[in-house]
Parts: sequence; structure tokens; C-alpha cells
Amino acid sequence: MVFSYYPGCTLKTKAKDLDRYARASAEALGITLNELENWQCCGGAFTMARDEIATKLSSVRALEASRETGLVTLCSACHNVIKQTNHAMANDEEFAMKVNNYMKLDTPYHGETKVIHYLEMLRDVVGFDKLAAAVKNPLKGKKIAAYYGCLLLRPGKVLGMDNPENPQIIEDFIRAIGGTPVIYPYRNECCGGYMATEDKALASKKSTLVMDSAAENGADMMITACPLCLYNLTKNASGALPVYYFTELLAEALGVKE
Amino acid sequence: MQRIGVFVCWCGSNIAATVDVQAVSDALAKEPGVVYSTNYQYMCSEAGQNMIKNAIKEYNLTGVVVCSCSPRMHEATFRKTVAAAGLNPYMLEVANIREQCSWIHKDKEAGTEKAIVLGRTAIAKVQLNAPLQAGESPVVKRALVIGGGIAGIQTALDIAEAGFDVDIVEKNPTIGGKMTQIDKTFPTLDCAACILTPKMVDCAQNEKIHIYSYSEVESVKGFVGNFTVSIKKKARYVDENKCTGCGECTTKCPMKNVPNEFNLGMDNRRAIYIPFAQAVPKVATIDPNYCNMLKNGKCGLCAKVCGAGAIDYKQQDQIVEEKYGAIVVATGYNPIKLDKFDEFGYSLSKDVITSLEFERLTNAAGPTSGTLLRPSDGKHPHTIVFVQCVGSRDTSGCGKPYCSKICCMYTAKHAMLTREKYPDTDVYVFYIDVRSPGKNYDEFYRRAVEQYGVHYIKGMVGKVAPRADGKIMVQASDLLADEQLHIEADLVVLAAAIEPDKSARPLATMLTASMDTNDFFTEAHAKLRPVESPTAGIFLSGACQGPKDIPDTVSQASAAAAKVIGLLVKDKLTTNPCVAQSNEMMCNGCSSCERVCPYGAITYVDKEFRMPDRTTRVRRVASVNPAVCQGCGACTVACPSGAMDLKGFSNSQIMAEVDAICQMK
Repeated sequence: MVFSYYPGCTLKTKAKDLDRYARASAEALGITLNELENWQCCGGAFTMARDEIATKLSSVRALEASRETGLVTLCSACHNVIKQTNHAMANDEEFAMKVNNYMKLDTPYHGETKVIHYLEMLRDVVGFDKLAAAVKNPLKGKKIAAYYGCLLLRPGKVLGMDNPENPQIIEDFIRAIGGTPVIYPYRNECCGGYMATEDKALASKKSTLVMDSAAENGADMMITACPLCLYNLTKNASGALPVYYFTELLAEALGVKE
Repeated sequence: MQRIGVFVCWCGSNIAATVDVQAVSDALAKEPGVVYSTNYQYMCSEAGQNMIKNAIKEYNLTGVVVCSCSPRMHEATFRKTVAAAGLNPYMLEVANIREQCSWIHKDKEAGTEKAIVLGRTAIAKVQLNAPLQAGESPVVKRALVIGGGIAGIQTALDIAEAGFDVDIVEKNPTIGGKMTQIDKTFPTLDCAACILTPKMVDCAQNEKIHIYSYSEVESVKGFVGNFTVSIKKKARYVDENKCTGCGECTTKCPMKNVPNEFNLGMDNRRAIYIPFAQAVPKVATIDPNYCNMLKNGKCGLCAKVCGAGAIDYKQQDQIVEEKYGAIVVATGYNPIKLDKFDEFGYSLSKDVITSLEFERLTNAAGPTSGTLLRPSDGKHPHTIVFVQCVGSRDTSGCGKPYCSKICCMYTAKHAMLTREKYPDTDVYVFYIDVRSPGKNYDEFYRRAVEQYGVHYIKGMVGKVAPRADGKIMVQASDLLADEQLHIEADLVVLAAAIEPDKSARPLATMLTASMDTNDFFTEAHAKLRPVESPTAGIFLSGACQGPKDIPDTVSQASAAAAKVIGLLVKDKLTTNPCVAQSNEMMCNGCSSCERVCPYGAITYVDKEFRMPDRTTRVRRVASVNPAVCQGCGACTVACPSGAMDLKGFSNSQIMAEVDAICQMK
């Protein structure tokens, strides 16, 4: 299988591990991820103002360029922005008209591209059972807390990945790579997000709540798909649990982690 | 050619504001056959009706067209009017220029044009109307009540009081319904069991009432005054006539771990059980899913200890067929499942419970003998958070769009009773709005706030997170103070929305009774006929028609009983003459009509016909039983040879209507 791949800017700077291990693992699983040429920053979560098209054009460009192949995303924030933009192109006529008029594409774009997150690729394209069969170093005995954060699943009807209030996908992933998932109530709460730049105390409070909840439910480590979550949990939370990108554990399980 | 009078109603401004009624009556005056045309402010009023009667006499009218509201509203009224003036009532047609015209259009010009077309259509039809005579059918003087909760019980008692036989079909082993599980009732706080169980006993002792417990309706045939109903008496493996209800078997049965549905699974019962001490009938029932004897033939202990010899492992389901004149639906409600509301943590913690579970935890006959204890560790909760509107007024698609109506009041009751009994407990109630209309209801809620110090907070709970130390973290917003709250609670109580019982939908299909999108039964008229289904002979009692508390349910139950009694006192009913008839000369005996008839009104008979050459031949032809036919018209569409026709709605009449609509002016 071949997909277009949208890494996003954080994956080229602060979150190189998230990207690196994702590529290595995909290759090991027989999936080719072709990085889009000349992709631009998705704009981050600040672009979601409904009355603005300029900030969403870069997402539309990425989407439009992936019509044939479908698009795989990895960063939670990029996924959220691109998926919401795609939804608006398909369902908000006025918005789509403005964008198409501005972009003057040969063929107008109306949300035809299928966007999936890397986790959905593992679940729906590879299959967790096939993934489990491909695991070389199962993470036996590891109690792993999945941390979803707020952007990966919501708004639930638009992102359509899993039940935002009681998700399963990362827990199923953990089982597939041989670990034991730890269910804890704050796994879908916000880590504090960009508040870290403005009100560090708040971000610290939020991320500590999440990490404490994971720890008291018996987790050895936490995994996430979001660079910002990882940042807040490692820099601002007062707990001591190690936090990894899920792709790092995937690569480790598949035996492709250098 | 008919001599037709046209009467255009203004309906005050309901029609006249959007339709130029003068223009309509002027235009229709020019239609062929119309000898008189007029308009009036309220055609249904006495003055309006007199206008019609006088015109019939003065102009010697043979047909009447009233352009007014839906025939569902006033067809019967105007039929009586024309009959009073000596015309056959079926020589009247109603053109609906209100619901299907003025109410849905804004443009007066277009509305007027459409009203003229609708009037012209009715005129075209009445040209072909023929006088019809209504027949008569007898009334079986026995009523069926489906559902034995407080609604069904009250309806049955009232019908029996009037001297008619009435049967209750209840799917559970005992009658009593949800009210048996409730501890106290608002706003007077009397004990639910103390006011309900005497009524249950009255039902059991009343000679006019027969209770089919642990039974379900299998099929319904027939029509108003003459229904035939099959009732399945499920095998309870205990002979009802022999069982004395001593309960010996229920203490000896070795299967001790069967979830007790009466206490919502919070404790266990045995495989042979009597749901609760005041059950009616007080007869044991064996649960076949758990009984060892029924599953693998090993045990038989209950039969050994039964002094009355009532245990019968070989008992089979039994079908009883019974005839009824009227059927009352009283199938009630259930709280919704909370699997789509994971933010409230119902599946994550035993100490997040529903309001009905709370009732059991405070009830003396409940799993904790009435002491409020946490299900997880049996400790006293010191901080309790109540969350209202869980799944009610929810347009996200996870819950129900409607208000469940009873939750504000029972939550106030729960909060008040908790504070009364355990004053050291902090009680929070989160609400969107507090809705307390009803006699003494708002006073009751104010008492909870003002006298009992319950913390009412306007705002919704966003997250309920159980902590490893047993506390439950409740995250919520206080909309009035504009702040986020974090409460460390010991117990969280969710006021789950209520929905109609699952049995209601298949039952509605059997009864051909209509339902709304939420599976509540629809009433014949929202304001004027609230306890009748649009299907004749079917009546509605209690929460099957919409969310209701006990006082409302009992009022509606008695109202339904009054309507049933009004039907059963009649010896005969006039039947609808608009029924199908088959032209035997055209019928080719194909059985298409028989297959589509939902009422089983069509049978095929072999009949002798004289042929042109004076021989006789036996042909198979359709025959309609006019007493059973409901005039739905399905057969007329199915008939390939055009032999089947509906009186009052004949194919030629309908084609004339279509022609009139298509005719361009």
C-alpha cells in the first residue's frame, strides 16, 4: 500500500522521533509513505476560526495533492486541522466555494481525499492482528497508559476515529505490540496545550492531573501521538512517568528501532 | 349531474390570512355542477353549520364541499351537518386548505391558487360520490390492558368498577411495574409501596379482573369492538393454581448468584424466585436461564421442598385466545442505557449509579435494607453529586431530544431525603433548568434548596473520573459563577433519560397504532383526544404516550378507562362503509389482494357463474368481509385486473381528483 504522508513542521524539529520511528515501522509493515512535496505547515490549532479561509489553504493544498493516494497524518494537531478542513470542504458549500475560487484548481476540490491517522492505518489498513503477528520484541509486562489528549478524537463526528469518551484504539494498539494497557479516566483530557506559553501553572496543573491519574492506575509509562502533549507531560507535569511517542514503542516491538 | 354547494371557511385568520377566501369561493362557483358557493368566518360554528343546512334545502343540493381544515379535524362534524339536512353523510367532501395550504405557505397569491385547485379536486370527487350506508357491528364487552404497571392497574380497576370484564397482560412475573421499585413519591413523600400494593391486591381480588402475568401479546386481529388477541403465557414451571407463595423453594434453590432485576442487579436472587414480598400474583417463577434442572436435568430441589406440589418442569408456553372490544396500551418506560455517556463514568465505577438504582439503595426492601451505602465498599457517602438531564434534551444523537419530565422532581426528592436522613452529607445537584410545574411541585423543589441546603448548581458535569482511592472526581461548570468546579464525591447519581419500553414498537405494529420518532404512541389529537390512538378501539395509558410522573399517569389511566367504558356500554357500533368490494365478473382469482390485506379481510370462495352459453362454471373469486375491512385501499392497488374498488374512494373518483389537479387554468 502507498499513501501520501503529511509529517507537519513539529515532526521536522522537536518531534523527530515521532516521525523517524513511524517511517521505519511503516516500511517494516510493507507500507510506503510518500512525503508530500512542498507541504506547508497546517497552521496549528489556531486556524480553526470558522470565518477564515486563508489559514486553511495549506491544508487544502495537502489534501488536494493526495486525491489519488489518500493521506496519512501523524501529529494529533495536524490530523485535527486537516481532517476538520477536509470536512468543511465536503460539507460547507460556502467555505468550499470561497477556497476553490481563490485557489483556481484545474478540478475544484470538495473533500474527496480520504484522510487517516497513522493509528487508523495500523487498525484499518494493516490490522492489529497482522501487526501483532509482525511483532518481534513484544513489550511483555509493560503497563502502558495511552494518552489521547483532546485533539486526536474530537469533534467525534468529524474525526470519526473512535468514541471520544471511551476510546479503544491506542489500547488495542498496546495489546497488539504485547503490552498491557492501563485504563485511567483522564486519558482523553487536555494536557494544557498552548496554555503552556501563557500560563505555565495551568498547563502544569492539567498535565499533572493526567500523569497522576495514569500513575495511580498502575502505569509504568505513557504514550501519545501528540508533540504538544509530550512536551507538557515531560516539561510541565510534576510526575515521574516516562512519556514516549507511540511510534517509538512500535519500532521497538517491530525490531526496527536503531 | 350533482347539485353542489361549496363552503369556504376562513378559520378566523388561520386560512384567510394566506388564502383569499372570497376569490376561492368566486372561482369555485364557476365549476361545473356548483350551484351555490360562499365563504364564512367559522364554518364549524353553529351559524356556519346552519348556513350549510339552509343552503342544502334552499338550493336542493345533492353534494357538499367544505374547504376548511383537515378532514381528521372536522369531517365527522360536517357529515353530521349534512345528515341533519337530509343528505347522505357520504355526499360530503372536505378540501383541506388549512394544514395542506394556508399553514404551510406564505405567499397569498400562490396559496389562493392552491386552495382553488384543492377545492376543484373535491368538487370533481363529489360529482362521483354515491350515498353509502354504514353497517353495524357488535361490541365484545371485555377490555384488554397491555402492561400491569400503575397505568394499567388504574385503567383496569376503573373499567372493572364500571362492571366490565378486563384482562391485564403483564410480561413480568408480577404486576406493579416501575412504581414497585420506587421508594417514596413526590411531592408528598408517601411510600410508593404503601399506595401501590393495595391497588395490586384490589386487581387480584376483583372478580372482573383477570391477570395474565408472565405473559405477552402474540398477535392481534380484528377491529374496534371485536378484537381477537393471542396471549402467550410463558412457562414459569410452577402451577399458578397450586403455588401458595410460601417462598420455601426460593430459600432452598442452590443457584444463589442470579442477578436480581428487581434491585437492578445490585444483589442476587435464586433461579426460582418471587420478585418481591408483595408480588401479585404471589407465585414463584423458575428462570430457565439459570435453573440446573431445566438446563441439564440435575437438581429438582425445589420440587422436593414444595409442599403444594406446584413445581412442573415440563410446563410449556401456552397460547390463549380471547376476544375484546377495546385494547389499552400501558407499556410504560425504561431508563435509557448509559453506554453512550462514558464521560459520566457509569461503566468505570460502581459508585456512579442511576437514579432508579438510588431508589433501591434507599428502599427498605432494597439490597442495603434502606441504608444509603456505596455499592463499592459499603461505606456511607459523605458527598453526593446528582447530575440531571443525562441523555435528556440531547440533540447530539447520543440521547433523547425530549425532556424526560420526571427527573427534576425525583432528583429534588432524592437530594431532600438524603439531607433529611444524613445531615452530614453534602449534596450537589447539577441542572440545565429546574422544571417544576405541577401542584405543589415548585414548593417542593424550593424546600430542597432553602430548607434542606441542597447545593443546586446551574451547569453541566463534563467529566466523572473515579480515583484509585475510591473518591470520584467530578469536573463541572458553574454557569452562574462562571467557574470550573472540581468536587471530590463519594457517590454520583445520574438522572438517566427515560424511553418507551422496547416491547412498544412491535406491539404498535400488531395494533396498527401510530408512533412518533421516539417510539412513544401517538394520540388521536394532541389536545382534544389525548388518550386515544388514531386507530379505533386502541387507547393509551401512562408513559407509553410520553414521559409522565405518577399523578399524570394515574389521571391518564382513568381517562383511558372512561373512554373504554364509553365504548363498551354500546351494544353496537356503526361501521365505516368505505370498505373494499370486489367486482366478481372481473376478478381472476389471483390472490394478490389477499396477500396484501393487513387485516385478513379478504377470503377466496369458489362460486358458480352462468356462462353466455347457459352452462355454469365454478370460478375462484375474492370476497371482502366488510366488518373486518378497514378501508386502507391496499387491495385496490394490488389488483391487476381492476376488480377491487374502495367505496367512497373508488378508482374513478381518485382519477377524477388527479385530473382536476392536473387541469391547468
